[in-house]
Amino acid sequence: MSTRATRRDGVTQPRLGPVGWARWAWRQLTSMRTALFLLLLLAIGAVPGSMFPQRSLDPARTTDWIERHPDAGPVLDRLYAFDVYSSPWFSAIYLLLFTSLVGCIVPRTITLARQLRARPPRAPRRLQRLEAHDAFVVADEDLPAVLDDAASTLRRKRFRIARHDETTISAESGYLKEVGNLLFHGSLVTLIVGMAIGHLYGWRADIVVPEGESFVSTVTRYDTWAPGPLVDGEDLTPFALTVEKMTASFEEDQAGQIGMPRAFSAEVRYADRLGGATQPAHVAVNEPLELDDATVFLLGNGYAPVVTVKDRDGQVIYSGATAFLAQDGSYRSTGAIKVGAAQPKQLGLVGLFLPTAVIDDTQGPISVFPDLRNPALAMSVYEGELYPKGSAQSVFSIDTDTMEPVAPDDGSEDIARIWLQPGETKDLPGGRGTVTFDRVDRFAGFAVRDDPGKELVLGSSVVALLGLIASLVIRGRRVFVRVVPAGDGRSVVHLGGMAKGEDDRLSRVVTDLADELSQRSAPAER
Amino acid sequence: MNETLAIYANYALYSAVGVLTLAMIAYAVYLAGAVPAAERDAEAAVEADDAARSARARARAEQVAALAGAPASADPRGASDERSPSTDPPTAADPRGTSDERSGADPERARVGAGIGGALSWLGTGLLLLSLVLRGLSVERAPLGNLFEFSVAGGFFAMLAYCLVPLRRGMHWLGLFVLAPVTLLLWLAGTIWYTEAAELVPSLDSYWLVIHVSIATLATGLSIVGAVLAALFLIRDRASKRSFWAKLPAAPKLERLSYGMNVVAFPMWTFTLIAGAIWARQAWSSYWNWDPKEVWTFVIWVVYAAYLHARVTKNADRRTVAWIALAGFACIVINYTIVNFYFVGQHSYAGVG
Ligand code: HEM
Repeated sequence: MSTRATRRDGVTQPRLGPVGWARWAWRQLTSMRTALFLLLLLAIGAVPGSMFPQRSLDPARTTDWIERHPDAGPVLDRLYAFDVYSSPWFSAIYLLLFTSLVGCIVPRTITLARQLRARPPRAPRRLQRLEAHDAFVVADEDLPAVLDDAASTLRRKRFRIARHDETTISAESGYLKEVGNLLFHGSLVTLIVGMAIGHLYGWRADIVVPEGESFVSTVTRYDTWAPGPLVDGEDLTPFALTVEKMTASFEEDQAGQIGMPRAFSAEVRYADRLGGATQPAHVAVNEPLELDDATVFLLGNGYAPVVTVKDRDGQVIYSGATAFLAQDGSYRSTGAIKVGAAQPKQLGLVGLFLPTAVIDDTQGPISVFPDLRNPALAMSVYEGELYPKGSAQSVFSIDTDTMEPVAPDDGSEDIARIWLQPGETKDLPGGRGTVTFDRVDRFAGFAVRDDPGKELVLGSSVVALLGLIASLVIRGRRVFVRVVPAGDGRSVVHLGGMAKGEDDRLSRVVTDLADELSQRSAPAER
Repeated sequence: MNETLAIYANYALYSAVGVLTLAMIAYAVYLAGAVPAAERDAEAAVEADDAARSARARARAEQVAALAGAPASADPRGASDERSPSTDPPTAADPRGTSDERSGADPERARVGAGIGGALSWLGTGLLLLSLVLRGLSVERAPLGNLFEFSVAGGFFAMLAYCLVPLRRGMHWLGLFVLAPVTLLLWLAGTIWYTEAAELVPSLDSYWLVIHVSIATLATGLSIVGAVLAALFLIRDRASKRSFWAKLPAAPKLERLSYGMNVVAFPMWTFTLIAGAIWARQAWSSYWNWDPKEVWTFVIWVVYAAYLHARVTKNADRRTVAWIALAGFACIVINYTIVNFYFVGQHSYAGVG
């Protein structure tokens, strides 16, 4: 694009200095054509992100995809196909677009401000040449009245009027169209600013809370913690929240839909500040709990089997609810019970929780319904070091590098497996003690999020929409009136109209005006 | 959950498809017998000033002409109507005679066809509304919870848009071209996308569903009509004056009508995007997640924004502009089909497959 433009008039054009080039580049960037081009490019650029898994959304699926496509995966990865929306090329497109946008808004705002201060321009010489035209004949003595009538009629129709001389009227309408258009484009800029604020100063954390348990909002308490680049975790307002009851219901009757989730909700008590008064609240999907400095969303749920482990002396070395993560729609859930107090080696019970357990001939233990119809725990026993070198690790699994399988008592090479239903107690192998499956609680999976930019984003969007509607609905028009003496004590009043952009009602506006004025000026004629 | 009502809803849908198919036949008869000029005259009559007003305009023009000694321009509307570059010269005199001979048109049959087509279009639209209402009653919620349901809603809105604007203005020539894609959509909905009536999963169970999806389907309905008009413009623009397509209004008029539909749809897409973001924050904690469905709604919005830009860009070819509108519509189709079936995302509500 650039080369062709310069080569064509390269001979005659004086050499451009750096300033000249910069100015030329700026004019190109802020041209309507470039805006159009960049918009289309933005649309095309956004598409790959919908076709390939995105790392920021689903890292596991992304890794899996790359592994399954050993040829294309790494190449696509180098092209940022899995990080489209933070890729240099996508950023380049929208940064250019928004530079162009600002470069477009500023001069137009200045022009509009000038226009608002100036009067509508003088009437062209020959109104017959305008897009819309009409004319009528009046007697000369009526002229002043007709012109006054024209001016007041136009004013009533929300035109701004200027009478530059005795024989013409200039009228202009539709400033609000341009105001709306500039508000629309300007709001897109503030919207991006709001998104940036949210990105930089916002944070997100996830936490799993079994029924009856509490948490205080501090960085270390959360299961995951994802702060924006400028967030200081020390500054969190430590609100406290207790899950009193978690309810989940599933489709039971409708054939073909059996087991589909129907409603999830948590009854909680919370205190805005640590040590403050607590109050009850209901948190459900689509009904987040809004706090001063954060919002709590109920995004997940599942089961937390309550298990008690005793050592060989009958001492309780572990007791509590452990959340197991659902792996499918039937809540076949995996988890790990970590018995750190076991001696001489720590114990890990790893396995499955099945809300409606069935032993399938081919698949083994599975769950056939997400609700608690026939709950069971199926666990394998490991021993060793649960937290090697104190490193952080998942609460849902154990580190099999430092944990060894425990053999069953029958002397086989296998690993000891325990199958428990609520209320049952079984021995651990090798006289290590007992494990009891007391009952099952549900847990609530919360996302806690703070986005300080969201109000600006919402406000900008609403202003953008209103500005857009104004910009599309309001018409920009100029109407001129000019009196041309025709001798014989009579004159022709010419009316002409010009539109900004396309306007199929323009001629109607002009004809109607002519109709009105001529009828009022000459009621006696004919 | 009331399954009987759901069954009646399906009957209403099947009837609507039947009625709309008959309407298409009637419109085909109409188009076969249509006379280009007759159509334009009929429209002009609806749009034109009342007789007294035009008489006054003519009188004014005559007076001015008498005074200036120049011939009068009898038609006060003439100047603006042919402003846009047209491939057809303005039809100055009455071309009815010539086109009659040329196409062997039968205005009488055409008029009957148009009347039947119009009546059946209204009936079909009413049946679609009935089907939506019954379905909504059967599941006790807004019938906008899966691909089947919003296809029916989208078809209804497209028909409503057609009935309320073009049909009321006597633009029967558009009927066949709107009814064909709508009937196809409804047929797809009723067969391969059909989903049993059911309650919603929790993330969809929100009043934002009604706000967000109803405006999205309304926008889709308008975009269907807009895209049909854009395609007709592209065809008509290249068609010879002797071809079948000459029965349609002049190309610039088709283009303007297409713009009219798209320009109403665009703020609705904008609203859809905003409402979707608000809902996404409520349901998923973040207002924007680059979920495939979100990406494609964004793409649709950006392409239509480009369309509006292209249309006001100086010297932009109107054909290019129309192609951008069609690209936007292609994105809508992709969003409703491929994205629903093949792209993994949080919007897993298509309820099919
Ligand atoms: C984020 C990118 C942009 C979006 C989404 C966008 C969107 C829109 C939309 C939807 C309209 C139609 C409203 C109307 O017709 O009044 C419009 C009009 C307009 N845009 Fe943009 N725009 C963007 C960037 C730009 C840029 C960079 C420029 C500067 C070259 C620009 C200049 C204009 C102008 C001059 C109009 C008014 C057209 C008229 O009605 O006369 N836009 N824009």
